[in-house]
Amino acid sequence: MIHRTLQSAAAASLFASTLALVGGAAFAADKVKIGLVSTLSGPSSALGVDIRDGFLLGVKLNGGKLGGLPAEVLVSDDQFKPDVAKQLFEKNIKRDKVDFMTGVVFSNIMLAALPEAYDNNVIYISPNAAPSSIAGKDCNPLFFAVSWPNDAYHEAAGQFANTRNLKSVYLVAPNYQAGKDSLAGFKRTFKGQVVGENYTKLGQLDYAAELAEIRAAKPQAVYIFLPGGMGINFIKQYVGAGLGKDTTLLLPGFSADQDVINPVGSAMAGLFNTAHWSPDFTNPANQKFMAEFQKEYKRVPTLYASQGYDAALLINAAVRDVKGKLEDRDALRKALKAARFDSVRGPFKFNTNQYPIQNYYVRTVGSDSKGGLINKSFNEPILRDHGDAYVQSCAMKG
Amino acid sequence: MPSVLLIEQTLNGLQFGLMLFLLAAGLTLVFGVMDMINLAHGSLYMIGAFLAAWLVALTGSFVIGVLGAVGLTGLFGMALEAALLRTLYARDHLSQVLATFALILILNDGVKMLFGTDLPLSAPAALSGPVELLPGLQYPAYRLLILGVGSALAIALYLLVQKTRMGALVRAGASNRAMATAMGTNISALFTLVFGIGAALCAVAGALLGPLLAVQVGMGENILILAFVVIVIGGIGSIRGALVGSVLVGCIDTLGRTGLQQLFREFLPPQWASAAGPAIASIAVYVFMAVVLAVRPQGLFPART
Repeated sequence: MIHRTLQSAAAASLFASTLALVGGAAFAADKVKIGLVSTLSGPSSALGVDIRDGFLLGVKLNGGKLGGLPAEVLVSDDQFKPDVAKQLFEKNIKRDKVDFMTGVVFSNIMLAALPEAYDNNVIYISPNAAPSSIAGKDCNPLFFAVSWPNDAYHEAAGQFANTRNLKSVYLVAPNYQAGKDSLAGFKRTFKGQVVGENYTKLGQLDYAAELAEIRAAKPQAVYIFLPGGMGINFIKQYVGAGLGKDTTLLLPGFSADQDVINPVGSAMAGLFNTAHWSPDFTNPANQKFMAEFQKEYKRVPTLYASQGYDAALLINAAVRDVKGKLEDRDALRKALKAARFDSVRGPFKFNTNQYPIQNYYVRTVGSDSKGGLINKSFNEPILRDHGDAYVQSCAMKG
Repeated sequence: MPSVLLIEQTLNGLQFGLMLFLLAAGLTLVFGVMDMINLAHGSLYMIGAFLAAWLVALTGSFVIGVLGAVGLTGLFGMALEAALLRTLYARDHLSQVLATFALILILNDGVKMLFGTDLPLSAPAALSGPVELLPGLQYPAYRLLILGVGSALAIALYLLVQKTRMGALVRAGASNRAMATAMGTNISALFTLVFGIGAALCAVAGALLGPLLAVQVGMGENILILAFVVIVIGGIGSIRGALVGSVLVGCIDTLGRTGLQQLFREFLPPQWASAAGPAIASIAVYVFMAVVLAVRPQGLFPART
């Protein structure tokens, strides 16, 4: 199935480039249309809402234009359902004839919908999901990840544990593929001893039994991959059990982001986490983003918002560089790959598999000027110009 | 397993069991006394948690919030019984299941409209840390509070049912409803009161577990299944059965989850051990129920003999 998709995508792109040759120079389009499909309802909607708001803010600050063309963004809700996302992709691509697709939060939903984009030679800019499969053997010329590869935060956390001289770590993740991949990422860089690995039920809410085991195992540090509500409960109960005194809790950035800090509250103070972006970055692009986002939406943006915003900036730069000639997909892809925009995360470039090469930072949760809590980053990145471990298996070169 | 870990896990099992008991007590009385299957019992647990989160935020006091939520949920339960569920007593079990399932959906969406999909609720600051019970045994203070409240309510409920006139009427209703009515008991008022107490106990569980778990729409459905397992094991209509069943289920689930994992870890790779551990521990509860049903189909402490 995957091979067939790849072949038809390759055939489609060949066909398109032939058309471009026959037709001579492509004409500049009169507007740029983008389909944004994201999870905007249900328990996980906070993530999708931030991606959407970040993206729309990027367009708005550009005067409603991307690359000089009036931008039309069609926003729709995938309801956290892969089949709904697939239908929305089909509608956006076939009926609305969009030039780009973007927006999906979750890998499983994105993987279900992507063939619609591949089969119709539409470029997908991923503002979040970046699974290892697409970084490696399933890489595709039409797929650009403007976020971070799935393993990256965990690799950064493993490296941080090394620099802190933490010799023994206990790992907790839900018992499913992404959980196992994440802990594999941590173990790839961590040089100490893993004293325990606990795979819990997906969606588990009470971690009393696991916390008792951690106490008995006496690790120097605990690393968890528990997205969403699972992480919120774990952190609350971890602090309540008093484990924080003797063990260091390390978190991936999304488990210590603003959407987790608010419900957990003061228990978050001082926790370490790893991410590619932090609200306190002082580069001018980020200062503008932080000021404008809080002015527009009256809340502190999350990682997801920064990724949505960067997706808009990336499209803006590429459309500008091809002078609005959206039909010439090869030129457009080249322009995207050059990524000539000022990312809010600082230095950013694409690898040959069109996944990012960027820096990762350790952040710690501290108090902000208004008595709330916010992430602050260490000055030196923990991983510099870091790519991913799968690029070798990707057939795209150069 | 080291003894400190064993003690801690036993406390965890007891704590989980006592919270299950608060749900199962109401469920078993409604089922036993009124012969009514109430699937929406878990929704009262959810409503209690949401009211507690709302009131704690409103008043700033955890105690007032929890007590207020318990009172309001009890009143809501009585109103629900008087307005709707009363008409279902004469119907067969299928109608009761259908109507109370509809009630789950309606209450879920009602709560969502009023409060949103979730609300934040934290333990009071004084109880947010651990307490040293024995040298080397730290236990979260808040879980101790749950243990204390759960045990106190279990004793109070036992005294209420075994030692008071009202309890005698409830037991009479559970063992032979027609005879109790013939002896002049105002069964309709008794039912409303029992339902209100059951709803209030649900609210205690919801409000106390809220800071540990998440206060969110649909939180009652999963725990309801275990509550049904408990009353089947304990014997329908029996408070003593509900208590023993809850503690057994809580301990089997918690100790099984970790003890089995430790056992498997000795000779299996970790992800197999931790996958098999929870899976077999959650089956263990149902295997236990199946054994009880096979040996004593009426449950461990049946109300009707």
